[in-house]
Amino acid sequence: MGIELQNITKKFSDYTALDNISLNVASGELVALLGPSGCGKTTLLRIIAGLELPDAGKIILEQKDTTNLPPRKKNVGFVFQHYALFRRLTVFENVAFGLKVLPMRERPSRSAIQERVEHLLKLVQMDWAIKRYPSQLSGGQRQRVALARALAVNPKVLLLDEPFSALDAKVRQELRRWLRKLHDEIHVTSIFVTHDQEEALELADRIVVINKGRIEQQGTPQEVYDHPVNAFVYNFLGNVNVFHGRIKEGKVSLGTHHVDAPDELKHTEESASQAFVRPHEIGISKIRSAETDLTGTIQEVRIMGGQIGLNLACEGFEHPIDAEIPRELYVNLQLAKGEKVFVSLNRVRVFASDYEI
Amino acid sequence: MTLFQKKRRNILPGFGLSMGYTVFYLSAIVIVPLSMIFFNTIPMGWEPFIHAVTAPRVLASYRLSFSTALFAALFDGGVGLLTAWVLVRYRFPGRQFLDALVDLPFALPTAVAGICFATLYSPVGWLGETLTKWNIEIINTPTGIVVALIFIGFPFVVRTIQPVLEEVEQEIEEAAQCLGATRWQTFRKILLPHLFPALLTGSTLAFARGIGEYGSVIFIAGNLPMKTEIAPLMIMSKLDQFDYAGASAVALVLLVISFSMLLLLNAVQEWQQKEYR
Repeated sequence: MGIELQNITKKFSDYTALDNISLNVASGELVALLGPSGCGKTTLLRIIAGLELPDAGKIILEQKDTTNLPPRKKNVGFVFQHYALFRRLTVFENVAFGLKVLPMRERPSRSAIQERVEHLLKLVQMDWAIKRYPSQLSGGQRQRVALARALAVNPKVLLLDEPFSALDAKVRQELRRWLRKLHDEIHVTSIFVTHDQEEALELADRIVVINKGRIEQQGTPQEVYDHPVNAFVYNFLGNVNVFHGRIKEGKVSLGTHHVDAPDELKHTEESASQAFVRPHEIGISKIRSAETDLTGTIQEVRIMGGQIGLNLACEGFEHPIDAEIPRELYVNLQLAKGEKVFVSLNRVRVFASDYEI
Repeated sequence: MTLFQKKRRNILPGFGLSMGYTVFYLSAIVIVPLSMIFFNTIPMGWEPFIHAVTAPRVLASYRLSFSTALFAALFDGGVGLLTAWVLVRYRFPGRQFLDALVDLPFALPTAVAGICFATLYSPVGWLGETLTKWNIEIINTPTGIVVALIFIGFPFVVRTIQPVLEEVEQEIEEAAQCLGATRWQTFRKILLPHLFPALLTGSTLAFARGIGEYGSVIFIAGNLPMKTEIAPLMIMSKLDQFDYAGASAVALVLLVISFSMLLLLNAVQEWQQKEYR
């Protein structure tokens, strides 16, 4: 096991940042800690690195209890959101830093350091900048150097704290793919923190969804996305339409629309519930294809690139519904603002109403 | 942070006006008054000038002024760094009081400081009594001068380092720690190079101030010829004897040496800063 966290709890005065968190990360795995800001995910990462001490619990890195070790003895690579490169040192010196501060007898020779730094910079495709200073590099380039620096000391685990969030969208996406590829090459046990569900879904082997200091769900991106265990996870993993309805006799009524309640809620007595539909799981057509189709009017059309966003006022529904359809369909159906359409809710998820968005 | 305004590529409007103002201001306040020293010295002629500035007493005073100012500046560099560190890094009751205390040498008339030192270190003073027992003499010695100059130059160092230290991101130190650096290595390899330009600026200011300091020193130095006479005192005593030309000559040499030293230190800083900007 690469990383084992046992019952980690951390309080800041009266506020509980982490509430009894236990988590295992296998060697060589790439795990995403996903959650809204303030959920405790960064605190957890900092605790693993030793930059914060937990109030209770144990951190075991590769079978070794490191709970009370200072960061410099943990052998953990940490990549910061804002790079945290040493401004007064060149790229070479930045990457070599971790090797040069080793005690004399463990320190590699000058030429070995040179070789390792060059190798790492090649790995992150920054070998051309070896003599530059951080201020001469762009954000994405700085983050690559920061990554090479963290890898220089052969860390047991690599921790990345929102590594791409300070970068612009295009670079972010590019670096994301590149990091996935790099991880497939070097297989270092890694945890990265993000609040961007797309990033987590695309990059991670496993996603751990955290909310208010607790783990809500963990699993592969597919599992988490397709089978969210509760309303929070469902909501956090993408855009949603929320309907407030009531469960009655195994059916949920949403306005004039009825759907089957999920098994675990079938036999509950009449109670409030929430139903969710993702915008891209809404069907739009000009012909009524099923009894349950809703009738709606297009109130607003948003061009979103490949997708077209529609804002629909539906009969029997208090709030407008957001739908996303492929551009092709939009063109084929010759839709426009003010048009009447039939709306089908293809995939409705119902959760008991114990969660407030 | 440099002593003098940095050259800058000009994208701001109003360069002509502001540059004109700066030149005028510097001329009116600095260059014109100081050039009087030069013009006062010229009628003297070459030989009397050399004679005046190489008199043994004068040479001794130069040596004393520069060496004591240098020692004081070095000491201030160390202690000022430590003080700035404590004020920035720790939160403790009375911090603001301590912070205000740092500026006091700026505000105090230097003669007051001189009198305080003279009383404190006199053989019957609070500290002087004990030190005399240990055979350490402060008053009427170069050590006394250094003590006074340390006091005078101290705020320069603290106040130049403080803002730079405040700007250091916590993440930088955390990054160094995660890479296996000890606290000392982090300080030595990361923080100190970062603070060095400010440290150099602060110490230079303390040094420059030390060379020109008069009020606080004369009370504690005893002003013994060849031993504890500082250069500004030489100038004053020449003025007292109505030897205006001689005073100007001594002042001119002091001015030239001081200015070249400041210029040199500024060049060092410029060179230091150049790479990572």
